Amino acid sequence: MTDVADPKLEEANVGRVGSTETVAQRVSYLRAGHSLKSWLLTTDHKRIGVLYTLSITFFFFIGAAAAALIRLDLLTPAGDLMTNEGYNRAFTVHGVVMVWFFLIPSIPNTFGNFLIPLMIGAKDLAFPKLNLLSWYIYMLAGLFTVFVLIAGGVDTGWTFYTPLSTMYANGNVILAASAVFIVGFSSILTGLNFIVTVHTLRCPGMTWGRLPLFVWSIYATSLILVLATPVLAITLVLISLERLFGLGIFNPAIGGDPLLFQHLFWFYSHPAVYIMVLPALGVVSELVAAGAHKPIFGYQFVAGSSIAIAALGFFVWGHHMFVSGQSLYASAAFSFLSIAVAIPSGVKVYNWTATLFKGHISLDPPFLFAMTFIGLFVFGGLTGLMLAMLAIDVHVHDTYFVIAHFHYIMVGGTISAFFGALHYWWPKIVGRMYSLAWGRVTAIFFFIGFNLTFFPQFLLGYLGMPRRYHVYPPEFQVLNVISTGGAAVLGVAYVMPLIYLIYSMRYGKPAPNDPWNATGLEWTTPSPPPKHNFGALPVVDRPPYDYEIEMRDEHV
Amino acid sequence: MNFIPLWPPGASAYSHQIDLLVIAFTVLVVALSAPVFILLLVFIVKYRRGKEADRRHAPDRNIPLELSWTIIPFVALLGFYIWSTDLFARLYHPPADAMQIDVVAKQWMWKFQHPEGQAEINELHVPSGQPVKLTMASQDVIHSLFIPALRIKQDVVPGRYTSSWFVADKTGTYRIACSQYCGSNHSEMTGSFVVMNPADYAKWLSLSSNEVNLAAEGAALFRSRGCSGCHDPGASVRAPSLAGIYGNPVPLQSGEIVIADDQYIRDSILLPQSKVVAGYQPIMPTFQNVLSEEDVMKLVAYVKSLKQAGVTQ
Ligand code: HEM
Ligand SMILES: [Cu+2]
Repeated sequence: MTDVADPKLEEANVGRVGSTETVAQRVSYLRAGHSLKSWLLTTDHKRIGVLYTLSITFFFFIGAAAAALIRLDLLTPAGDLMTNEGYNRAFTVHGVVMVWFFLIPSIPNTFGNFLIPLMIGAKDLAFPKLNLLSWYIYMLAGLFTVFVLIAGGVDTGWTFYTPLSTMYANGNVILAASAVFIVGFSSILTGLNFIVTVHTLRCPGMTWGRLPLFVWSIYATSLILVLATPVLAITLVLISLERLFGLGIFNPAIGGDPLLFQHLFWFYSHPAVYIMVLPALGVVSELVAAGAHKPIFGYQFVAGSSIAIAALGFFVWGHHMFVSGQSLYASAAFSFLSIAVAIPSGVKVYNWTATLFKGHISLDPPFLFAMTFIGLFVFGGLTGLMLAMLAIDVHVHDTYFVIAHFHYIMVGGTISAFFGALHYWWPKIVGRMYSLAWGRVTAIFFFIGFNLTFFPQFLLGYLGMPRRYHVYPPEFQVLNVISTGGAAVLGVAYVMPLIYLIYSMRYGKPAPNDPWNATGLEWTTPSPPPKHNFGALPVVDRPPYDYEIEMRDEHV
Repeated sequence: MNFIPLWPPGASAYSHQIDLLVIAFTVLVVALSAPVFILLLVFIVKYRRGKEADRRHAPDRNIPLELSWTIIPFVALLGFYIWSTDLFARLYHPPADAMQIDVVAKQWMWKFQHPEGQAEINELHVPSGQPVKLTMASQDVIHSLFIPALRIKQDVVPGRYTSSWFVADKTGTYRIACSQYCGSNHSEMTGSFVVMNPADYAKWLSLSSNEVNLAAEGAALFRSRGCSGCHDPGASVRAPSLAGIYGNPVPLQSGEIVIADDQYIRDSILLPQSKVVAGYQPIMPTFQNVLSEEDVMKLVAYVKSLKQAGVTQ
């Protein structure tokens, strides 16, 4: 049922492991201990990556269940399924869980954990115990949040705007804010760990100019995690204090400023959107190079643009506040900076396109997901530019147009890259091949389902349907029904990989070391890798994505 | 396909200008992304693995090309930036002769106050062809007044006045929504925006009951709430006279000079200690929990109506 890229390679890979290895070193990380304890107390970055993958999938399906409820409810203009209050709680669960427990940790904590040491030729992360601790913090915060959101409920939306959240909202605002506060520590620890690892544990020859682009993007992401997350933490503490003691920081009746909250919140949350999308950009660079069997076009530009996006991302938060009453000059400046930050994102897309020129392209699932990503990202990015245009934003701000925009870029972007990564590195992670045909079908379902769900929302927004709307004018129904139908298709695309990937763990063909015939240190170890990754310390003596050498004599 | 509306109605010249900008920008979006999508498809077809093709001298970088695809979109975007910022800036500059309508938002209703005193809830009647300036205040959380047919929205923030303005030119009834999530019944905080020709509007005004106008109601409050006890010329307490202050500079204790606009008068009533007029003691009590937003707006209207006569009557 599976077609491995090239059977000849499979043979070539057998016995490629260094002969100085002991048997113990060759035992795969999956087999090094079978007890529950050996998993729950592991400090192996690969096992922690697997733990994250399982837990993130769990939270994703909770968020998705809330989304399904919301979309079902919106089938009718009157919203007959839930009460107003129930609807508000549902979108709060959806937002909080998806943003903090799926989108932000998704790629860095799963693939970042699994791959960074493998990609830079290290045995593990710099602080393996800290890594385990950050998973526990994540789980604790996550389970606590789900408990709070389902048992008590919160109706503030994931943005916690004041004074609604501090003085008027019903429900456990403080508990929910605490959960998000706690998960922030997990982000900070993970970010620190990655930064130190990339600085100190690169193997000989792995210079900065040879780092895989995925590592570059995770590095840039980690800088944001470490610098921005504390601002979120402070903001959440302020909300809780205000709600408990009525300090008046955000309360205008005693001289506070409700807009202060928005500044603090977006100072974290705008960079946070780059936490979500930068790792995806890194994944796609890997997938495009492997799919085209070519060095990525303009490596320096692509690596540099990650850092540029991370840095500029700190100066655009005011574009969420164009109609808040902020001054004309502030808005004009933020609008300009938002346009500036779009340029490095655009650069990547053109570079990927140029990479395909004269490539050897195979339409494997990872590559199809990369193409899906590019489609959604281009569309999301360009509509983001429309929002950055002041006069347009005034009309579409806080409508479904914005919902569509950020789902295209963050949700479509992150999930298509996550699926791409999953289909690309799966053979490395579990040591088995899955059905490539089913992978291709999933990519196509995803693309169709996603566009059917979110494209109508651009129209709904321009027509004037505000976001967070339970009851809507009847003339918007047709577009809402299309959107809900699309969500059903999308749901199928989410569930399918669950089936054939799990199936492959038992019945898939054993994967060779390098099933895609790709470059990169992670493909030089066995699949799955042994506990300490490499038999002997690897040494790098070539530029990254050095495909030409392998392909030179194959075809002209 | 009438049952799927694809374009919202427009009720002002400004709304058509926004539509034009959006359409032009969409053309740009297509122009910037079409090369990507077309080339991706072409390359995928042409360079499928195993297919014969000329793959010699595949470039892996090309600085002039990379600079050009960075700079050209940037310059195009700058053009749009200027266009759009210019349109946006107009919202900050209402014409001097605009008719004033006060808006109070509260969970979950819109209250509109016409200068002649008519108040309406969840309905806003305006004459066509006449600039209208909305001055908005919120009684509780942040709301946002959204009139899709005008392509404008503005947040309504507790503790400060925000404003917006328009000239509606097409008669009809359109939707009003609250677009900032404001609690349980957010999606039901809606209303209708009715544009009438000036004659109909005058008729509507005369049919709606109004014994007194806003400033007159403010004058009554000024006396009943005890403001006149200090601010009247004959009063024994030393307090600044309010005659003619509206729109003029006021020197403060702190050395600053502020213009006495709506916001300043509102703050002076609700947060009197925050901006003390030079030469006076900070003895005025706050009216924070005594007056509603509507009351404050009436008082502001009254202070505005006071001419440079030297008397507060
Ligand atoms: C690259 C990845 C991007 C991500 C992950 C992202 C994410 C988001 C999110 C989450 C929101 C909604 C915030 C909310 O109101 O709850 C948003 C809004 C916005 N985005 Fe993006 N965005 C991205 C790119 C861009 C780009 C390239 C631009 C402009 C050049 C842009 C401009 C805007 C603007 C102006 C808003 C505010 C819209 C409004 O609230 O009216 N975004 N974005
Ligand atoms: Cu509201």
